[in-house]
Amino acid sequence: MTEILKNTVLQVKDLTVALVNTGNHVVSNISFHLNEGEVLGLVGESGSGKTTLSSALLGYARHGAKIIQGTIALDGQDILSLDDHALRQIRGYKISHVAQDPGTALNPALTIGQHLLELLEVHQSRLSSSERNHRVAKILDEVGLPQDDVFLKRYPHQLSGGQQQRILLALAFLLQPRLIVLDEPTTALDVTTQTLVLNIIRKLCREYNVAAIYVSHDLTVVKDIADRVIVLYSGQIAEDAALSQLFETPKHPYTQGLLNAIPDVSIRKYLSPIEGHAPAPNDRPTGCAFAARCTFASELCHQQQPKLTLLSQAFDPHFVACHHWDEVGVINFQELDPHLIELKTDQQALLKVEHINAWYGQQQALFDVSFQIQRGECLALVGESGSGKTTLSRVIAGLNENAEGQVILADEVLSLQGQKRQLTQRHKLQYIFQNPYKALNPAHTIGQTLTKVVQHFFATSQQETQQKVVQVLQQVSLPPQVQELYPRDLSGGERQRVAIARALLCQPDVLICDEITSALDVSVQASILKLLQQLQKQGVTLLFVTHNLGVVRAIADRVAVLKNGHLVEYGETDQVLSHPQHAYTKTLLTHAPSLFKTTEQRICA
Amino acid sequence: MSTLHWYQRKFFKALISERQVRFGFVVTSLVLIFALIGPVLVPFEPTALVGMTYGAPEAQAFLGYDYIGHDVWSRVLAGGASIIWMTLAASLVALIIGSSLGILAAFARDKVDQFVTWLTDVFMAFPDLILVLLIVSMLGREPWLIVLTVSIAFIPGVVRLARSVALNLVEQEYVEAAKILGYSKSYILFREILPNMLTPLLIHLGVMLTWAVGMLSGLAFLGYGIAPPAADWGLMINENRAGLLVQPWAVFAPVILIALFALGTNVLAEGVGRAAARIEEK
Repeated sequence: MTEILKNTVLQVKDLTVALVNTGNHVVSNISFHLNEGEVLGLVGESGSGKTTLSSALLGYARHGAKIIQGTIALDGQDILSLDDHALRQIRGYKISHVAQDPGTALNPALTIGQHLLELLEVHQSRLSSSERNHRVAKILDEVGLPQDDVFLKRYPHQLSGGQQQRILLALAFLLQPRLIVLDEPTTALDVTTQTLVLNIIRKLCREYNVAAIYVSHDLTVVKDIADRVIVLYSGQIAEDAALSQLFETPKHPYTQGLLNAIPDVSIRKYLSPIEGHAPAPNDRPTGCAFAARCTFASELCHQQQPKLTLLSQAFDPHFVACHHWDEVGVINFQELDPHLIELKTDQQALLKVEHINAWYGQQQALFDVSFQIQRGECLALVGESGSGKTTLSRVIAGLNENAEGQVILADEVLSLQGQKRQLTQRHKLQYIFQNPYKALNPAHTIGQTLTKVVQHFFATSQQETQQKVVQVLQQVSLPPQVQELYPRDLSGGERQRVAIARALLCQPDVLICDEITSALDVSVQASILKLLQQLQKQGVTLLFVTHNLGVVRAIADRVAVLKNGHLVEYGETDQVLSHPQHAYTKTLLTHAPSLFKTTEQRICA
Repeated sequence: MSTLHWYQRKFFKALISERQVRFGFVVTSLVLIFALIGPVLVPFEPTALVGMTYGAPEAQAFLGYDYIGHDVWSRVLAGGASIIWMTLAASLVALIIGSSLGILAAFARDKVDQFVTWLTDVFMAFPDLILVLLIVSMLGREPWLIVLTVSIAFIPGVVRLARSVALNLVEQEYVEAAKILGYSKSYILFREILPNMLTPLLIHLGVMLTWAVGMLSGLAFLGYGIAPPAADWGLMINENRAGLLVQPWAVFAPVILIALFALGTNVLAEGVGRAAARIEEK
């Protein structure tokens, strides 16, 4: 019962941040508290206001937004009532912040040593220089980095992403603050580095008794680190519960939907996306913001916003903002029977890739890579950043001309130079890009983008062209009206659907998908994956490039694992993911976050 | 198509809600209308000698007379057309040639890029006015030649701007997607890339108009522009500067109009830039 006696570090009441121009709320009426040493997971999809909320906790609002109401009490002192000077004293000293992208958060003109010593100079100017050096050495040791002068004289660009992120952690923990806000600190990292960083955070929080808020869009990561989780939706708290309760008995339909939509590496489960997308701050409805996507929604939900209420029967405090929380049943995952998935092995290979060597600049990125894909199957190309998976997919698409080897599509040898390929070869092989925000021309309407493709490949009349465009939009479940819209009017998932539609118009044999879901929210990711599965059933062959093993388990028939440009393992998905042969595949699997593995399992393994 | 109209209306709304756009547009178009309609409304033939040298303003010539007795009001009305069309033509020629070269350099890379960059560097090494004076003094002072030389002075700036914007755009994935689909080069250059760089180019056009009107009146002042006795604002400043204290209107009237045009175009460009940034923010 010592848990209850712990001091409250942070008490947030009715915090509201609004846009200056329109006065609309980005986050509204947020109230919660945090105890010493407690790690709170703050989960939400893009646009849910999680970054706005986390920076508001430091008394900061980005340009164009303003904190208009509420109190943030840190050890009983309201930091919103402080002036600029006092606030600067507190930031870094009592509350610190770890940014999402370590590459841009460190000043490229300062050495690592300067970064760390600067912080001590500003906040603890009375320390002697030997004491400062001692403190720096101690914290570097604790985050697992070398402490010698050679390392301290390095510049941020000379470190790897994982090392940079550990420097940020060292900076955050150096002054032993009361509260640390971590804004998606592992999103930009590979899974193996992610585990390392998470372990350091866990250890340091425990050691210094620091309260932490871990902001993330990924429930599986939060599961590994948090004691309590707050789920944000559309700027409001949807659910606030202890970790085990949230994952075992989620009461908000949105939380349940999220858990159902996450593909998992341990089991091939049936993915059910949450249809629709979250409302933007400027057009949030008057009632429950989730009502439009909710299966339990009633008249009441559309009219009245549900209040965050404490559930009485739970042991730990469990808050839910839903009118129908008592109707929301127990969550159960549908596992697909592996025997239902039939793999035809007798099929002829459609795409053969033979002895590919490729260079990225001066560096060789691929070494003698060969594999084949059969017609109608989905091959996943897996690897960490720098493994050469994107280079390989670009070589196949003819975008990387600095390569040698052979790409054979249906018995025809394709030139590795895209420009030399014939029109008929081109439309058989289509490429979908990672970032749907960059893949569509912002100056063209969706209709213009799609009709141009049809006109380019097929000599059709205007009417036929129009028919084809409408047909393909239907295929990716978009209404024909989107033709008149510009990409900026669509959400990320919708843009990715348009990008898929553009590729489908070419009637491709092979569709290369380069991490196409990594920029999307999980609920949207599930719907895109489902769409790909449907397309596969219609006979499209997929080459799916990804670093997310959960996604691989959900959709791939076969897996190819790349490491530093070498193909290290190749086989059927369930075979590779359940009984990996190569040591590297095993490491990847142990570090992959999962809802069905316990933390202990992962640390020991 | 109704949605499309809605967007155009939204863009238009954003434009006119910007105070600088309204101000710049009104001032620029007033000067333009004045210069275009002016020649029709002249009370006297602008080249006719109708009064005393530096004659003071009177009832039928309310701006007085110039250095040899032309009616100043008539010359102001008639003298705008030439400078305005030359300004517009020089800026537009520079914009079209410069942005084409810039996009080409960014898209082709390597040798073409190096050559274009080298060429612009060479031209940029000369001060603008000196370059123009050099060409005009060598080749003559026909209006089309002056337009061409002024635009040559402006082209390197446009190339640099267009190239730097386009360098960012050619790496966008929608351009790569177009390459995979095998679209023609001219389609990729002018339909995929160009529309996305219109905003900075249009802003630069506004700035160029300001520079061009200044440079052209400067040329006329130095005696390399329109030949006398034709009426021209820049020329008028030169002709009448000796009598500045006796009959200031002969100099002030063209100066004010040139300044207004420069101010109007400059503020308009600035406002369009702001409006575009606001739309992109949304």
